[in-house]
Amino acid sequence: MSDVKSSQPAWMSNRHFDWPDRLATVLVWLVAISIVAIFVWIVGDLVRHGVPHLSVSFLFEAPRDAGRAGGVGPILVSTGLILGVCLAVSIPVGVGTAMLLAEFTRRGGGFGLLVRRSLDVLAGVPSIVFGLFGNALFVIYLGMGFSILAGGLTLACMVLPILIRSTEEGFRAVPDDYRRAAAALGLTRSAALWQILLPAATPGLIVGLVLGIGRALAETAALLFTSGYVDRMPESVLDSGRALSIHIYDLAMNVPGGDGNAYASALVLIVLLLAINGLTFWLADRWLGRRITPQ
Amino acid sequence: MYRPSSDMLLLAILRCLALIAVAIVLLIVVFLLIESLPAVRSVGMLRFFGDASWHPAGGAEAGRFNLTPMLIGTVAAAAGAVLLAVPLGMGSALFCRFYAPRRIGGVYRRLVELLAGIPSVVYGFWGLMVLAPLIRQWQPPGQSLLAGILILTIMILPTVALLSESSLRSVPRSYLDGASALGLSRWSTIRGVALPAAWGGIFTAVLLATGRAIGETMAVLMVAGNVVQTPASIFEPVRTLTANIALELGYAMEHHRSALFVSGLVLMVMIVVIVSLASWINRGRVHV
Repeated sequence: MSDVKSSQPAWMSNRHFDWPDRLATVLVWLVAISIVAIFVWIVGDLVRHGVPHLSVSFLFEAPRDAGRAGGVGPILVSTGLILGVCLAVSIPVGVGTAMLLAEFTRRGGGFGLLVRRSLDVLAGVPSIVFGLFGNALFVIYLGMGFSILAGGLTLACMVLPILIRSTEEGFRAVPDDYRRAAAALGLTRSAALWQILLPAATPGLIVGLVLGIGRALAETAALLFTSGYVDRMPESVLDSGRALSIHIYDLAMNVPGGDGNAYASALVLIVLLLAINGLTFWLADRWLGRRITPQ
Repeated sequence: MYRPSSDMLLLAILRCLALIAVAIVLLIVVFLLIESLPAVRSVGMLRFFGDASWHPAGGAEAGRFNLTPMLIGTVAAAAGAVLLAVPLGMGSALFCRFYAPRRIGGVYRRLVELLAGIPSVVYGFWGLMVLAPLIRQWQPPGQSLLAGILILTIMILPTVALLSESSLRSVPRSYLDGASALGLSRWSTIRGVALPAAWGGIFTAVLLATGRAIGETMAVLMVAGNVVQTPASIFEPVRTLTANIALELGYAMEHHRSALFVSGLVLMVMIVVIVSLASWINRGRVHV
């Protein structure tokens, strides 16, 4: 009787014993529990070994003794500069492309298809191949040398597909009523884009930014041969600068006794990723609350 | 139709910006080709697979340019990782969608997303400090194909899990209601209705994860031992194509450098094949 009345699926109230079903349940729970266990293991290990080496001065001091002692001050500055170059180039290109794909191309149209296919390929290119490409084009052919500029530009090529995909989805999520209302008011399409659609599509852009920044901060292989290894404080974007991820790699692989500071740097990198994630969503919430929702 | 000049200008600017993405892909291919041309011309494609060993520093004549062990390393590590990650990732997706109580499911999904966001160099570092020593206690030397496979598995697992889950999520509610009306058990519903309906998306997820495993550099570089050899067992160290580039590009000159770009080209071809396969499978569905 209760089976008929309740809206529960049948399997929830099955009374007889069903072997394959029970076995699947046990296996699926085991998989989930082991994934949680691996996560706890990795994060726990980083925290346990990283925290003792962490201090405020670690964030500001220059590395000493090949990084075994001292901190990551100049490395954080280099990382920030590489990220800055990357975003300064990729945001305008990415937003522009997303606008074109969402607002000006038909589904299945030739030009849009060409751009989409290119982005699909770009999203799959291994980071080390971006490293080869950046080294050949920016470092050698354009004569930038191992520099923050070359590293940032290489990363900009890498994050472009992520940024465009999310921003395009942001534009597509804007209701067509907005476009019709703008047209009815006699706005030009460019005015409608800047005044109405772009602000309304900002959540997509924010998600794209968070994912793109995450990918850029995490990247190591593409930077090995573009921005280089130098761990001094960079004086301009034409200097070589060591990103935090490369610092971790170098300490772990090439510096015996660098484990402690490598753990601390890994912890800094992960906290940085989490902080950027949280901060961007918080800002987006506040900013959007003011711009879009009617008072 | 009348179009204000500001709109035409905007459209022209947006077209130019969109062409940049196309241009980058072309430039990558062009530069890989230009840089690998010296080696292809004076060494020849065949010697990359037929030479006795990999000792490329000797120049075009005296050097040895066999990429096969690295190619085998790449394929073995990626295949092993995909074999392990697919069942685990699908189990994780099924857990999220069908088994977890709502609260736990949400928290669990966040956790898998966090796993996806951990940088590869951090995975590699953890593998170097924790995983490799564990394997060494059991089967020395520890830094091995097995360590590479395991670390790659952990890295591509979130990709399989998250993409499969979103594919399962897009199975129409009415299918599941129908299965429920027929009185099917949970497992029969999954096996008979949900998985077949979500198959295309899951297969795409597996392909993208394979691409990621082939292209991954840092984590494998840090745990796989990097000895150029065809491994006789999973406990022996291997070097992958990606790790080889990362290790040698810094000091490679002339033909050696050119040979590394050839291996980059090989990687690029593998990735383009996988991406094309994925978009061919998805051809019926429109990008949303």
